[in-house]
Amino acid sequence: MTRGWASAAAAVMLVAVVGWAAAAPPPAAAPPAPEATKPAPAATKPAPAATKVDEQTVHEVASQLRCVVCQNLSVADSPSETAKQMRAIVRERLAAGDSPEQVLAYFVEKYGDWILLSPRKSGFTLLVWVVPFVGLGIGLVLVAVVVRRWSRRPQGAAPSQLDPAVRERIRREMSEMDHS
Amino acid sequence: MKAPALKWAIPAAVVPVLVLLAYGFRTDPREIPSPLLGRPAAAFSLTTFAGTPLSLEDLRGKVVMLNFWASWCIPACYDEAPALERTWRAYKDKGVMVVGINVQDKEAAALEFLRRFEHSFPNAPDPRGRVSVDYGVYGVPETFFIDRKGRVRFKHVGALTDEIARRQLDALLEEPS
Repeated sequence: MTRGWASAAAAVMLVAVVGWAAAAPPPAAAPPAPEATKPAPAATKPAPAATKVDEQTVHEVASQLRCVVCQNLSVADSPSETAKQMRAIVRERLAAGDSPEQVLAYFVEKYGDWILLSPRKSGFTLLVWVVPFVGLGIGLVLVAVVVRRWSRRPQGAAPSQLDPAVRERIRREMSEMDHS
Repeated sequence: MKAPALKWAIPAAVVPVLVLLAYGFRTDPREIPSPLLGRPAAAFSLTTFAGTPLSLEDLRGKVVMLNFWASWCIPACYDEAPALERTWRAYKDKGVMVVGINVQDKEAAALEFLRRFEHSFPNAPDPRGRVSVDYGVYGVPETFFIDRKGRVRFKHVGALTDEIARRQLDALLEEPS
């Protein structure tokens, strides 16, 4: 029955929405800090180990790391002492010449993928990113099918099915109304 | 009639969600497997509260029980403190080193803790949290068991007991050095 399909479609949509909410993929990482902010190596002296670190980069890296003592807070957002120390480690590693990816890799090596706030877009966790869109697609297809069924149905059969006797009675009563 | 299709369409949509939820609510989100097991333990060199240098490198060849703790960690660190000292006394002559690493603490409070429990094994503060992050510590207490070759072999989260310490240390001591 059409209503059955409608509720099935609704159920699939619900699953898609729930999946979407659960995954809640944050917007893609902000673009890397412009090159201009990085200090150019001095011509006379080669840059020492303590390169000046852009605080924006520190913040970007820290915002991708889970604060280990908090509930769903990034290292960038947490005021805790642990997060402060982790930000210092991020800064120190960047200063030592690590790329943001290398800094993240260091934390993953120690804590596992768990330390990353958004799941990796590869391997098993890719599912978390893909399933909501697949569910949404299936839901849209089902809705399209249902809408087509609904819009096709009234045409054809309906007018001819009226009993000639009933039609005659309607005609008679309507003409009576006109005369009264 | 499309009724038969409807009969399985809704369960087909709902059952996977229920299964996922059932699985999700059964797992403990606080229980995170350490990726460090079986890997070489991160080197550290700290200075103990007593002022002696303490580095993992110097302990090579010994089985090391590395305990992360804090005086503010109530009650777990207080619960396990006597067991740590008992384990140290029972194993120090068998090639085991017990090391305490004090995390995010005030020195006075940490010293008071060590006095109170008469800890006689080396304890060092980790003032900038470097060692804690190197070991993937996300709370206190956590205890790491490091074999003679310097690899992390076991991680215990929460208060340590004599039994757990004994089981891990005996197993590591039995391995050929």
